[in-house]
Amino acid sequence: MKELTFSTMIAVFEEIFGPLLFWAMVVLALLGLMAFVYMLIRDRGLRALPFVRAEVVGLVGGVLAVWFVLFMTSSRITHLGGPIDLITVLLIWAVGAVGTVMVAYVVQGLLFRRRRPPPTPPA
Amino acid sequence: MSEHIHALLPRSNRRDFLRLMGGGLAALTVAGAAPARQPVQTRARIVIVGAGAAGTALANRLSQQLAGARITLIDARQQHLYQPGFTLVAAGLKNAAYPVSSTAEWLPDGIEWIQHRAAEIDPEANAVVTADGMRVPYDYLMLAPGLKLDFDAIEGMSLELVGQHGIGAVYAGPEYAAKTWAAMDRFTDTGGVALFTRPATEMKCAGAPLKYTFLTEDYARRKGNRGKVEIRYAAHGNTLFSVPIVHEKVRMLFAQRGIHTVYDHVMTAIDPGRRIATFDTPDGPVELGYDFTNVIPPMRAPDVIRNTPLPWQSGPFAADGWVEVDKHTLRHVRYPNVFALGDVAGVPKGKTAASVKWQVPVAAAHLVADIRGTTSDEVYNGYTSCPLITRVGRAMLVEFDYNNDLTPSFPGIIAPLEELWISWLMKEIALKATYYAMVRGRA
Repeated sequence: MKELTFSTMIAVFEEIFGPLLFWAMVVLALLGLMAFVYMLIRDRGLRALPFVRAEVVGLVGGVLAVWFVLFMTSSRITHLGGPIDLITVLLIWAVGAVGTVMVAYVVQGLLFRRRRPPPTPPA
Repeated sequence: MSEHIHALLPRSNRRDFLRLMGGGLAALTVAGAAPARQPVQTRARIVIVGAGAAGTALANRLSQQLAGARITLIDARQQHLYQPGFTLVAAGLKNAAYPVSSTAEWLPDGIEWIQHRAAEIDPEANAVVTADGMRVPYDYLMLAPGLKLDFDAIEGMSLELVGQHGIGAVYAGPEYAAKTWAAMDRFTDTGGVALFTRPATEMKCAGAPLKYTFLTEDYARRKGNRGKVEIRYAAHGNTLFSVPIVHEKVRMLFAQRGIHTVYDHVMTAIDPGRRIATFDTPDGPVELGYDFTNVIPPMRAPDVIRNTPLPWQSGPFAADGWVEVDKHTLRHVRYPNVFALGDVAGVPKGKTAASVKWQVPVAAAHLVADIRGTTSDEVYNGYTSCPLITRVGRAMLVEFDYNNDLTPSFPGIIAPLEELWISWLMKEIALKATYYAMVRGRA
């Protein structure tokens, strides 16, 4: 192709999903990211146990993302034909996994707020 | 064990955080905005013949780049067809509605759409006459009427036959593509001989006949019926594809897939009752039997073009009436206020939507430069793209130019002659969206 600009990519994504859905998805992704960062700030760091649980869910989320793309494109995993195909699948898995991890972590943070440690008695 | 793996962020408060995120979103929005260009003021009368991919994309581009121009689009067709989708319909992957939208939804505000066929063009008098007798004068004429599928040139062929007697016709339209799928589905259940061809004329998307051959073979194999199916491909000349390196690749794939090829065979007639197709060959007429075939007729410029002085007067593009334009600027050689784009342009390559995507900005740039009284150095280099499907789930993203050089968009990442899933992914997901973005003048 002659050129691939950022505005071209936006135009293409708007055609794929429709402008409303596309920008709703962008906003949702940003809100999810903001919520995740908010959790980090609120808890002053990453809480290990909820994060490990979220990672487990993320593994499944990645697989679901790959399955969804294969389903939507009438193709199978056996159609992978070269290194770039493998990289693409891994990227799709990674996007699905990271998104799911963040959502799962945020949901846990909202549902199960960390109990504050009891105040340390004055020495 | 501490629940804190590590502290990722310094202490902050909620208000600072939201301000930071808001600022990032604003920066993203600014980065995504296209650079603003001042439209050129003009009173020029611009007539576009044809509301297909090229005509509609051009109407949108020009309405963005010009202010005050009187842009008139002439076409009777109420439906806009995404033609690259026909193969997917004929492969049973999409329904007949998939490539269809309305012409009106793609047209910009502020242009006039005359919903009649262009019947006459007089480039000496600078006027187009519509089928209902309206005379439309112009300062600039942009020709994008597409081409004519000349099914009458195949003796015995009628579109009424499509879907019966083992006859398919993918090019004829979405409904015919769907009927072709029904015929191919039946054929790959029952078995027999599949016969594929292409015409000897210039044609749109020259990879499509090959794609459908591959897809039929793939379906027979997937159904476990490959042993019951013989597949023959009758090439019109001595190659399978005009780009030598692509020809070699397809030749190898055909051999691997057990697809038998004959060369220098041009279909001239079909006998649906006997299921026999007749071919012109250097050794005289030859008859080949079939149980399923995809009839692709000769393709020519529409009559409204052929009945004017606009076509080439000599050379390889004269016989079928393709418009005589400079292959780099798309400007008519004898009528400098006339341009031709898309299928009708008499250039060596370029009868694909991917070519149109490159051609439209070039023709628009030269037209706008004319109006400004300047010149443009924008050039069309013959770029064409063909996602050559080799089976459901894989394709080769073949891109090339006038020199038959491969021009991959993602060199070193997506190999043009490899059967890849990512190329299929692009065909399935991105190309239709890119096409519509182009039609809107945004890509």
